[in-house]
Amino acid sequence: MKIAVLSGKGGTGKTTVAASLFSCLDRCQYIDCDVEEPNGAIFLKPDLPVSCPVNVPTPRIDPAKCNGCGSCRSVCRFNAITVIKGRALLFPELCHHCGACLIVCESEAISEKDREIGIIETNSSGTFMHGRLHIGEPVSIPVIRALKRRLQEDIPVVLDCPPGASCAVVRSIEGCDYCLLVAEPTPFGLHDLNIAVQLVRKMGIPFAVVVNKASDTDRSVQKFCRQNGIEIVLEIPFSKEIAQEYSRGILPVVANPEWKKKFMELYTHVERGIQT
Amino acid sequence: MKQIAFVSGKGGTGKSTLVASLSILVRNKMLADCDVDAPNLHILLQGDVLKNEDYFGAEEAFIDSAVCVKCDRCRQICRFEAISQKIEIIPMKCEGCGACVLVCPAAAIRLEEARSGQTYVARTPRGTFSHALLDIGAEGSGKLVTAVRKNIHGFYKNEEWVLIDGSPGIGCVVIASITGADAVVAVTEPTKTGLSDLERVMQVARHFQIPGFVCINKYDLNPEITAEIEEFCKRGGYPVIGKIPFDPAVVSALQEFKTPVEAGNCEITAEIMYLWSRLLKEMEKAEGF
Repeated sequence: MKIAVLSGKGGTGKTTVAASLFSCLDRCQYIDCDVEEPNGAIFLKPDLPVSCPVNVPTPRIDPAKCNGCGSCRSVCRFNAITVIKGRALLFPELCHHCGACLIVCESEAISEKDREIGIIETNSSGTFMHGRLHIGEPVSIPVIRALKRRLQEDIPVVLDCPPGASCAVVRSIEGCDYCLLVAEPTPFGLHDLNIAVQLVRKMGIPFAVVVNKASDTDRSVQKFCRQNGIEIVLEIPFSKEIAQEYSRGILPVVANPEWKKKFMELYTHVERGIQT
Repeated sequence: MKQIAFVSGKGGTGKSTLVASLSILVRNKMLADCDVDAPNLHILLQGDVLKNEDYFGAEEAFIDSAVCVKCDRCRQICRFEAISQKIEIIPMKCEGCGACVLVCPAAAIRLEEARSGQTYVARTPRGTFSHALLDIGAEGSGKLVTAVRKNIHGFYKNEEWVLIDGSPGIGCVVIASITGADAVVAVTEPTKTGLSDLERVMQVARHFQIPGFVCINKYDLNPEITAEIEEFCKRGGYPVIGKIPFDPAVVSALQEFKTPVEAGNCEITAEIMYLWSRLLKEMEKAEGF
């Protein structure tokens, strides 16, 4: 069973929810798909003895063989190749590693070589895993793909997703059985929750909402959910204590056993929801 | 005209609230919301739309099933698993690279422009405002950011500043938001995660050789981590231009669609004005070197 935690808006509490869920279960795998800014390790403090690079096949142009015909440049949809002084030249950061240039090169001047764009770090049992995109690299999808290839099939998996609703989120949640959408009760939070709801509906994944920093003064998220037939499975009230523990990297489930119980109930509820 | 990009690494630290506040306090500026997959600034900035266009920043493959000979070559060459066993395109996986078009012996596949979202330019009481909305699940968010920034130049009237509201993260959307900017202001908060994400986003600013400045929001929530952030900034040579205290009234005002400035929150407003004057001084200093 694969549960993805996402939000649209950043900073609503995705990692708090995902890491809490993980730490309440006996056997479970946590995957931090926010490879631009991974934070799960700050709360879960795993040993990370295993590190492996994420490589992407990047074209290598042999200047001795290149005749400067420019056909690789014309097929590249990502403007990653130019031709200067009769030789093709690659901008590796723009490359999407699709291999189109290899197909069209008639002088066999293009081969591929692995280029490292990030790393994956894992604990010894493989139950904690995160990816880190290297600085200056724009394309995070291959790191997310590499993480998802290491999903364990026999135990529950919690995926902590990146913020937003772009392709990195799509890649993170595709193939998941259930999504938890974490929302905070502000106009920004509500607006971005709406975007996240449209995304999971488009992808046909069952979902429910967790309201974080819930307050009595703004019930807009609750109203939105009621109007749209969306279930709210947990409300975490705004509390300065929870915020201060969070600031030090301490989860509410660690500081307060009451929350552990609530997250275990949340899991049971989600499990039942997936089965029915 | 100088462009200032507000980023954070971590989401939810207060970028949009700060930019919306500055949109009232700073004169003679334009505004751009580059957080195209979860934009928020337009919620607080109402105006008359001057321009609204579909943006076609991506392409997608289409297979003509009447012509297709089911040879399977396209499926084998596709590195994005975007072609099914039945030789149908899976639109959400297609990156529009065109490798399938190149190998198809029957010329059954063509690339077509796909809409990635809509761009808007609006006239608001606080200045010209450019923003966009990425279509649900669409490709091409980085290009859409570039379009938002380009759009603003068509309406240039000798403004002195462009305030850019960025997105969380360090990848393509952030890189597209800060490329060519004159300064990056990172808005952070005193949490372990805020610091960790700040470190990475400042490395990105440095990588692209853009001067970086830091604002610590809600700085009094955890004085020890605020000290750690200040230490990090000192080591890295990133001036701390503002420290904004935690005030629950900021969220209460937002819930009524008001920035702290509009809500008459004098203390926070004064801090934000101070932040802007520090930024100007520090930018002058940085240029002097």
